[in-house]
Amino acid sequence: MRVIDVAEVTEKIRDMSIESNYNVDPDFLARIESAKSSERSPLGLNILNQISENAALASADRVPYCQDTGLSIVFADVGQDIHLTGGSLESAINEGVRQGYRDGYLRGSVVNDPLRRENTKDNTPAVIHYRLVPGDRLVLYFAAKGTGSENMSMARMLKPSDGREGILRTVVDHVFESGGNPCPPILLGIGLGGSIEKAAQISKWSLFRPLGRPSPDPLVAELEQDILNAVNRTGVGPMGMGGDTTCVAVHIETYPCHIGALPICINVECHAHRHAEVEL
Amino acid sequence: MSRVAGAEVVEIELPLREEVIARLEMGEMCHLTGVIYTARDAAHKRMVEALDRQEPLPFDLRGEVIYYVGPTPPKPGAVIGSAGPTTSGRMDAYTPRILDAGLKGMIGKAGRSRPVIDAIVKHGAVYFAAIGGTAALLSRSIKKVEMVAYEDLGTEAIRKLWVERFPAVVAIDCHGNNIFEEGFKKYAAE
Ligand code: SF4
Repeated sequence: MRVIDVAEVTEKIRDMSIESNYNVDPDFLARIESAKSSERSPLGLNILNQISENAALASADRVPYCQDTGLSIVFADVGQDIHLTGGSLESAINEGVRQGYRDGYLRGSVVNDPLRRENTKDNTPAVIHYRLVPGDRLVLYFAAKGTGSENMSMARMLKPSDGREGILRTVVDHVFESGGNPCPPILLGIGLGGSIEKAAQISKWSLFRPLGRPSPDPLVAELEQDILNAVNRTGVGPMGMGGDTTCVAVHIETYPCHIGALPICINVECHAHRHAEVEL
Repeated sequence: MSRVAGAEVVEIELPLREEVIARLEMGEMCHLTGVIYTARDAAHKRMVEALDRQEPLPFDLRGEVIYYVGPTPPKPGAVIGSAGPTTSGRMDAYTPRILDAGLKGMIGKAGRSRPVIDAIVKHGAVYFAAIGGTAALLSRSIKKVEMVAYEDLGTEAIRKLWVERFPAVVAIDCHGNNIFEEGFKKYAAE
């Protein structure tokens, strides 16, 4: 049995929280770069240029790309043959967040309770999803999730009869109504199937996929492409001020569901796409 | 205000003068130079509560510009941390009151509610949109910072900022033209 000291977890989470906030996903930035040649709106193009310039500055100066340094989201894939020592995994993850947000001059954006709303000052606690997997490895996925985009996320229980068309319409209408709020250009993470919480969880998980990699299921991959094209025909554009570049990629994750249900959750991600992973 | 022939950017000096506001048009990219004040959710709540109690506000709102921002902590030696706009819609419940009290300009991101747009028109004010997520870039145009009030609110405290050529788009002009209602039309298919 492999033994892992959770102090290692703390260190990795600390480093990932800092690095991801200074250096957002380069694949996202590359998509913005290539969108510039087809963006018809002069203002939209100006915005895309400001976004690129911001990314370069944040990396060079080692400062946060966005002032909203996010809610810390962690997926922990825990191999069932591992023995964790040195304390609780949950405390170790939160300690990593605490150190990262302090040492990286990141903003504490978490309140202790949805009603009392006192800032915890160190961005803890993280939202943690544990998954027990075969083997003796521990894989940690970290994301700093901005709330302007998170607030534009939604879950809905569609009817099976709504089908593919209903899904497409729901997503496109939703992106249109969200306008500039999620800071377009966006990435759409969609969870389809399961139950209401399963759809939400896999929609978040889909954001960790390498940007723009199609679903291995050709039927799903085709839907991803169709949604992407339709969303980019809405005219919402950069920051919702009009243009062709609204969304850079659509990731759909699916799960089997009940005969009477078609749950969908749309998790909206902004261009401050901050995620990292590490294997222990 | 100088409008250089052929230039895309309108240079604006703060405080905003009425004749400057009157000439601003939806969709224009501007550079703002002068003093602005930061305030977001919690500071707005406190200001409106103070107005309700007819108490003085921490600064004279008349003719001023508020920037909706909660910056990151500054690194040692820096004037301010990363400081991009937050979602303006969360301030909509308070904004008409603040405009009644004399505010002339706001900087934030994304759309505003109907009552806010009506209040903008009524008071001859303007709403600018800064580019969400470009916080490292925007903080470069902030040259000086002074704490004004509500320091206990941390990132949400009211600060006075001296900005130089701070980039922002005229999102809702004083006639009520709203880029979030108009902008997409030209680019939407069918
Ligand atoms: S939505 Fe994203 S890019 Fe926009 S302000 Fe929030 S974290 Fe930053």
